[in-house]
Amino acid sequence: MTGSMDLPAKGGFSFDLCRRNNMLEKNGLKLPGFRKTGTTIVGLVFQDGVVLGADTRATEGPIVADKNCEKIHFMAPNIYCCGAGTAADTEAVTDMVSSQLQLHRYATGHESRVVTALTLLKSHLFRYQGHVSAALVLGGVDCTGPHLHTVYPHGSTDTLPFATMGSGSLAAMSVFESKYKEGLTREEGIQLVSDAICAGIFNDLGSGSNVDVCVITKGKTEYLRNHQLPNPRTYASSKGYSFTKGQTEVLSTKITPLKQKVEVTGGGDAMEE
Amino acid sequence: MDGFSKSIGGGGPNVPAGSHPAGGSQAAAGGGATQRTQYPYVTGTSVIALKYKDGVIMACDTGASYGSTLRYKSVERIKAVGKHSIIGASGEYSDFQEILRYLDELTLSDHMWDDGNSLGPKEIHSYLTRVMYNRRNKFDPLWNSLVIGGVKKGPKGDEKYLGMVNMIGTHFEENHVATGFGNHLAIPILRAEWHEDMTFEEAVKLVEKCLLVLLYRDRSSINKFQIAKITTEGSTIYPPYSLKTYWGFTHFENPAQGAVGSW
Repeated sequence: MTGSMDLPAKGGFSFDLCRRNNMLEKNGLKLPGFRKTGTTIVGLVFQDGVVLGADTRATEGPIVADKNCEKIHFMAPNIYCCGAGTAADTEAVTDMVSSQLQLHRYATGHESRVVTALTLLKSHLFRYQGHVSAALVLGGVDCTGPHLHTVYPHGSTDTLPFATMGSGSLAAMSVFESKYKEGLTREEGIQLVSDAICAGIFNDLGSGSNVDVCVITKGKTEYLRNHQLPNPRTYASSKGYSFTKGQTEVLSTKITPLKQKVEVTGGGDAMEE
Repeated sequence: MDGFSKSIGGGGPNVPAGSHPAGGSQAAAGGGATQRTQYPYVTGTSVIALKYKDGVIMACDTGASYGSTLRYKSVERIKAVGKHSIIGASGEYSDFQEILRYLDELTLSDHMWDDGNSLGPKEIHSYLTRVMYNRRNKFDPLWNSLVIGGVKKGPKGDEKYLGMVNMIGTHFEENHVATGFGNHLAIPILRAEWHEDMTFEEAVKLVEKCLLVLLYRDRSSINKFQIAKITTEGSTIYPPYSLKTYWGFTHFENPAQGAVGSW
């Protein structure tokens, strides 16, 4: 066999840098941790119910993977949930609890309560000890009134009049802390939620694109998808670009006709079962 | 390999960059003063500042923490410098005191020229940028984020100036700045609500709005603030005062009522 230094150029894992990494770590270098996926999600309680809001940017490291994703998930006709953290985890966990709530509705014959969703979510997340990286803002209106909760990846929950989560949560919280008061009207609530999400969009790199809003009141839920589009795309020409015939100079033309007829000779092999 | 490890863990300021002494000896081998601030001990939290019609307004709280203990509650983190500027600092308090000493020497030697000219905020900012950057290059930083504001007569009349320098030497000039937590909590509010030529009352209201959010959401801030302003008439540092906080939301009373086990 040839010398042991002949590592293949492609394929396989190269252990060349492991000694260097160990040495750096021993000398005090901190290895990079897991990045929080960027999001701004908010919720607040107003006089008739709750308003939830979210931005629409999904990131994969430094790249925007989805410019207009939906972060406000359906749980029940009267309960919605915003999700921050790993997108797969938030989708899966809200989907799962939404199905459980529906089965529960069939069994009881009553409208779902927000505490039910809350308890299902927190017990699931606690069981997985924080490995299911889902940070949620859960809001809804049921027979006992409007409720707003935050659920953390390790399974703890808060009951709050206004809440923000995600990397843009500080920017959004600064707007809430300075402008929130009790007994807001529907318009004021939507405006405040939009302002908070916009603060996250413009001041946090992990959040961006558009504002989604969901208003839940007794008996009625309005999902205002793309309620605000503060980042429009601006073209140099509003009609786009038109390329007329003759604009590009033709230097030479070569036409290769494809075979018109294809003849199949003899029977082909029978397909293998 | 050995030379590389030395520059990360060891060689004090006396060891020139090019030499690689054999056998990776530790920091003490350099002899003489091997000083480096590895971590700050007594720290101040955010400072916020903005330009308004007559000059610059700056505010911060008067607390200094020793790790997670609130050790000092009456610390002045904004000081006047010369006739035209005020400086505010967050981060290690002893490094701020050292910086004030450097500025004292600077303004004194400038005064001794007795040429009728005095150092303006732009010059102070430039001087501090050089100091901070050079210290960082020697791996011995002054662990502060500084805010310098002032007004000085220039060719276009009274020119307001507001700038920031941090411990690695990053510096810039802006209409509104904040350090530390203020970057995340105060800047969004300032970006949305600051406008050109605010009156003093409007500026104070905006600053108080930011200070209140910082009080609610920054664990190392305290409810005792100082506001300072600098105008062509000179600098004024107002006495400390507190802001009114509101804790009366109905949801704060008995949150577990609707959801057992929730906070």
